[in-house]
Amino acid sequence: MEIKEFLQHLVNGISLGSLYALLAIGYTLVYGILRLINFAHGDIFMISTYAGFYLMSSAILPWWIAFLLAIILTCILGILVEKAAYRPLRDAPRISLLISSIGMSYLIENLAIVFFGGRPKTFPIPAIFDRIITIGSVKIPTLSFIIPVITIIILAILLHIVHNTKTGMAMRAVSTDYEAARLMAIDVNKIITFTFAVGSTLAAVGGIMWGMKYPSLIPLMGVMPGIKCFIAAVVGGIGNIRGAVLGGFILGLGEIMLVAFMPALSGYRDAFAFILLIFILLAKPTGLMGKNLAEKV
Amino acid sequence: MKKKKIILSLIAIILFFSLLFILNSVFNSHQTRILRLCGIYVVLALSLNLINGFTGQFSLGTAGFMAIGAYTSAILTMPPAQKASAYYLEPIVPWLADIEMSFLPALIIAGLISALIGFIVAAPVLRLRDDYLAIATLGFSEIIRVVITNLQNITNGSLGLKGLPNYTNVWWSWGVAVVCIIFMALLINSSYGRALKAIREDEIAAEAMGINLFRNKLFAFTVSSFMAGVGGALLGHLMGTIDPLMFRFTLTYNILLIVVVGGIGSITGSVISGVIVTVAMEALRIVDGNIDLGFMVIKGIPGMRMVIFSILLMVIILFFRRGIMGTNEFSWKWILESKLFKKRKEVA
Repeated sequence: MEIKEFLQHLVNGISLGSLYALLAIGYTLVYGILRLINFAHGDIFMISTYAGFYLMSSAILPWWIAFLLAIILTCILGILVEKAAYRPLRDAPRISLLISSIGMSYLIENLAIVFFGGRPKTFPIPAIFDRIITIGSVKIPTLSFIIPVITIIILAILLHIVHNTKTGMAMRAVSTDYEAARLMAIDVNKIITFTFAVGSTLAAVGGIMWGMKYPSLIPLMGVMPGIKCFIAAVVGGIGNIRGAVLGGFILGLGEIMLVAFMPALSGYRDAFAFILLIFILLAKPTGLMGKNLAEKV
Repeated sequence: MKKKKIILSLIAIILFFSLLFILNSVFNSHQTRILRLCGIYVVLALSLNLINGFTGQFSLGTAGFMAIGAYTSAILTMPPAQKASAYYLEPIVPWLADIEMSFLPALIIAGLISALIGFIVAAPVLRLRDDYLAIATLGFSEIIRVVITNLQNITNGSLGLKGLPNYTNVWWSWGVAVVCIIFMALLINSSYGRALKAIREDEIAAEAMGINLFRNKLFAFTVSSFMAGVGGALLGHLMGTIDPLMFRFTLTYNILLIVVVGGIGSITGSVISGVIVTVAMEALRIVDGNIDLGFMVIKGIPGMRMVIFSILLMVIILFFRRGIMGTNEFSWKWILESKLFKKRKEVA
């Protein structure tokens, strides 16, 4: 393979990895606090893309207001999902919580099919993002640069919030010990709501950039990225934000490189994540950056 | 008492099949199709309930094992001439091209292959618990689907298989269902079943009592895969057409809905809700089309049916977590000692 082609795949993989990372952070935050796979997260991501699509195609608003509105709407949706489906089950067995999240995901998908229709829609890309930069003989869309840059900025802000603010400290406290955090006068429900808001916001940013990179929208588009990003979070070490980012990049680069180097296996692209998951769970169940937890007997 | 129970059960089974015979002759073809579908969903719900409800291992792999069963049985029963014309992109591998067998052996082989894959999958996956297990089994089910899509010369890839022999009549579907119900009832009340329930309640305590966790989980998972495979094969021969998209995880969600509605960990619940949910799903088809009220027509919204079903799932899990039956079971003792019979005895 020529170096030029390789560079193109590399840039592609990095931007896909960034998108996965944004989505994986949402999983890791929620899992860290509630010990729950939020199956609805992928569908929240899908809704953000559709929200961006409808606000953009109304063509009244400038693109940045449309995107901002889409992000805010998605954030509200995330909070509502938590309030409706997870809060009533705080003291229920974990299996009920898991089924509830599957039910929520199913509900959002079916609503999307009813309201958005099953036919694919094309995401309108603002002209500003729709350029191609040529470096030497390598042609790279601007978007492939913008996506990782935005991801890094957001990651920096998030890490700052988690490590340097009171809310962040409370988040870490809740994820370390739910009951003890409550005894320390932390309003656990508020922190959980905040976590869902952050997770959904990141998913929305990822969703809109996903829409620009892969502009074909269908109501079930969130499912596969959703499951893959949970896997990315597990690979990196669940509950760990840096781990989720690492996992996202491994998965994104891995998928693109698999298709690039072994075109014969391109049909198995979606299976790559699951095989990676099974290897990681068998070799290092806590993930690459996860802490080792001794199992209580 | 025990003899009495067996006799009562036999009578009930005979009565049930007589009822089926009557329904089968009274119903039109659409209605019998729903009747057949009910039996299949009962089998599938029991399969998922065995691993999720009785063993407490949250698995979401049913659709994958159904796909294996459906494809195995389809390939084994299709006439060679039909195979030759169906596989037009790439001819079928020679060792499968000339096989044609009757339904029963195909069904059993479908179950066995599905169980074998389940056994192989279970070995690594069952080391995981709860949500990790859920995501890993969901992953395997998707891998199975991806592999089926790509094995062009065995499964015909994304084109699917059309014109499967229409073997699944009422007798096959409910015959298999009744066998599964009896098998499950015997299993759950045997020492194996008690071991599985002990694992569900407390793995550590169960291990301390000398129950081999891994072997028992493996056993439950394999049996569950077998049933899912058979159910998938029955479904394939009912639909007449199978393709990889049919076996997405949403199919597993539908079966999960049945199990949750019936009560996680109840055979009776799975059977009742398998019938209710299947019938309701068909009945609700009217929501998708236009409803004519005589004086006005409510415009139908395609897909509304599934919205109603997902709302139902949410309501049940949020407010009626026990489902119809909880973990209770139907038993003759319960019927015989109920107030109705007691009163009659007093009168006598």
